[in-house]
Amino acid sequence: MITITHYLVLSAILFTVGVIGVLIRRNAIIIFMCIELMLNAVNLSFVACAHYLNSMQGQLFVFFTMTVAAAEAAVGLAIIVAVFRNKETINIDDINIMKW
Amino acid sequence: MLAYLFYIVAAITVTTAVYLIFEKNPVFGALYLIQTMVSLAVLYILLEAQFVAAVQIIVYAGAIMVLFLFVIMLLNLDIGEETKNALPYQRIPAILMGIALFTIICIVIRSKLLQGKQDQYTTAFVQGVGNTKLIGNLLFTEYLLPFEITSILLFVAAIGAIMLAKRKL
Repeated sequence: MITITHYLVLSAILFTVGVIGVLIRRNAIIIFMCIELMLNAVNLSFVACAHYLNSMQGQLFVFFTMTVAAAEAAVGLAIIVAVFRNKETINIDDINIMKW
Repeated sequence: MLAYLFYIVAAITVTTAVYLIFEKNPVFGALYLIQTMVSLAVLYILLEAQFVAAVQIIVYAGAIMVLFLFVIMLLNLDIGEETKNALPYQRIPAILMGIALFTIICIVIRSKLLQGKQDQYTTAFVQGVGNTKLIGNLLFTEYLLPFEITSILLFVAAIGAIMLAKRKL
């Protein structure tokens, strides 16, 4: 029998993997993909809670999360392209002019 | 039977996610992330959210990841570039902090915080009306204002992406 706890723990594992990826990687695109992974983990917990509470609100919220993720991907990748045009790199150790 | 399916799909999801964060080549990383999203769509079907599963494959695995792959191939990065400047002392503490975060989330899951009110949309009711039809009805009646605000957000994001990526206005 699969309970809601299984899905929430799986969601927690995926979120943690995304956080670790953001912390240990230096490639801006990989960091971006890890952020997408974290958004997906939260979506999974939304759908799981909606199913086990007999509710539709979780599934509706997933749509709004996906919309925000799509907007974020479009703008973020445009920023990465703009940074690459100026700096010839997307290694975030080299993009540190805002660090004092 | 469904329990075995859950464990298999969950194992695939976690494995591909871990491969993503240790993969040197961004193209392979994007392919691993696509596999993660397809596995999540299977889990959505197990949770009887068929329309969300379809949208997950179409929007995430289809549209967003193609955008990622397009940018990766457009920039044509040197794969070995990342290793030379990596902070060597950040890896171990980051993994330890991740495990600590996971522990905290599990404590929250085990506590009694996640006990919500049961709503009316039982499995039998949803299957009687149809998942897609029910979501459409709710989206265009009760959640009309957030839906319209979402369209404005996408519009602004499109303008912003063009503004940022354009060389000269």
